[in-house]
Amino acid sequence: MIYLDNAATSCRKPEEVIQAVTDAMRSFGNSGRGAHGASLDASRLIFDTRRLIAELFHAGDPSRVAFTANSTASLNMAIQGLFKPGDHVITTMMEHNSVLRPLYRMEEQGAELTILPADLKGRIRCEDIEKSVKQNTKAVVCTHASNLTGNINDLELIGNICKRNGLLLVVDASQTAGVFDIDMEKTGIHVLCFTGHKGLLGPQGTGGICVREGVSIRPYMVGGSGVKSYLKTQPEEMPEVLEAGTLNGHGIAGLHAALLYLKETGIETIRERELLLMRRFYEGVTDIPGVKVYGDFSEKALLFRAPVVALNIGDYDSGEVADELACSYGIYTRAGATVLLLCIRLLGQWSRGPCVFPCPIIIRKKRLTKPFVL
Amino acid sequence: MRKKEQKIVITFRTTAEAIAMETQCQKEGIPGRLIPVPRQISSGCGLSWAMPTDWDGNIGQWMEARGLHWDKFGEYLI
Repeated sequence: MIYLDNAATSCRKPEEVIQAVTDAMRSFGNSGRGAHGASLDASRLIFDTRRLIAELFHAGDPSRVAFTANSTASLNMAIQGLFKPGDHVITTMMEHNSVLRPLYRMEEQGAELTILPADLKGRIRCEDIEKSVKQNTKAVVCTHASNLTGNINDLELIGNICKRNGLLLVVDASQTAGVFDIDMEKTGIHVLCFTGHKGLLGPQGTGGICVREGVSIRPYMVGGSGVKSYLKTQPEEMPEVLEAGTLNGHGIAGLHAALLYLKETGIETIRERELLLMRRFYEGVTDIPGVKVYGDFSEKALLFRAPVVALNIGDYDSGEVADELACSYGIYTRAGATVLLLCIRLLGQWSRGPCVFPCPIIIRKKRLTKPFVL
Repeated sequence: MRKKEQKIVITFRTTAEAIAMETQCQKEGIPGRLIPVPRQISSGCGLSWAMPTDWDGNIGQWMEARGLHWDKFGEYLI
């Protein structure tokens, strides 16, 4: 198998991640639900995972990191918990449905939505954000990088615009967490949503939300917290306010091992390797007659973009191409809508979508000359 | 059952605060351990830090200096 669907989920996890999940399944109690050894072991490891996440994203106090099932859960939590009817929210055409659908729902409930256009290479112009600010604008919700085009948004620039205009900045880091540096403090991100199963190399069913001090999110889900159980309402403190119900302790144990792996390997090393593979792939396909590549591959962008190559071959249906690649060559990739419908429409590929080739992630220092996949 | 002893008991608003306390105490060799919240104290998360009353220092100040948060603390026969 040549697995090239890492933008959907990283398939090959480090061995220590698998081991950590197995170990946790043999020993963990329910974190925060008891003071016995099995429960405390889970609580300790979950706390240390919060610490590693806070460190990775410069989120400050580890208590500001709440665990969720994935980015979609985190984004729903942020969007439904921060905005109310009458609020105006700015987003972009680059967004995944995990951003757009919760926003469309808020729009139905009376919020106002501005979706910033992108150019034919799928790039947004940051100055459009400032032009769209109104008196009732509450926030900018945007992705860090598109899983379709690989284009990266300049978070520092967007953060400055938000700061100037007193707006909240909510970022979807699904495609960049674990590969690109994300500094909540420096860029002024108020809420960062991430998933554990892509670049962070953890198990599916893990993810989280980092909420900057002073920002309060109304929880859309309430229930057991192991804290203040006699109260009728959800405790207000982070992280429990956003963590109703038993956490995925086994999955978080895997995420913990994955974060240690990333720390040891260095995300810079991973990024360089991925970008190298992406460039090699791009150079290999771009001159093939009939191949059309999407996204910004200018010289500048080639140095700093998410390692994804989306393409179409002639008039072939992308699903057909993906099927042929899988059945005849064992190359697994993603075809079709890729849940970025606005972006696909913009690129003129509404009816078929492109084939997307995200480059492999797993590497080990000793295997730098021979990647794990490819 | 164990013989009851007078202890300093510190409660927390969240499990994260309790684990942060344990982590720091272990790092600096502060005596004590996490226990279920005694019934005399009806608040906080399910965990509390119990430590000897004769510890040489002011635990409140010690916690404050390290940015550790608590809900309540006091001495209890537990």
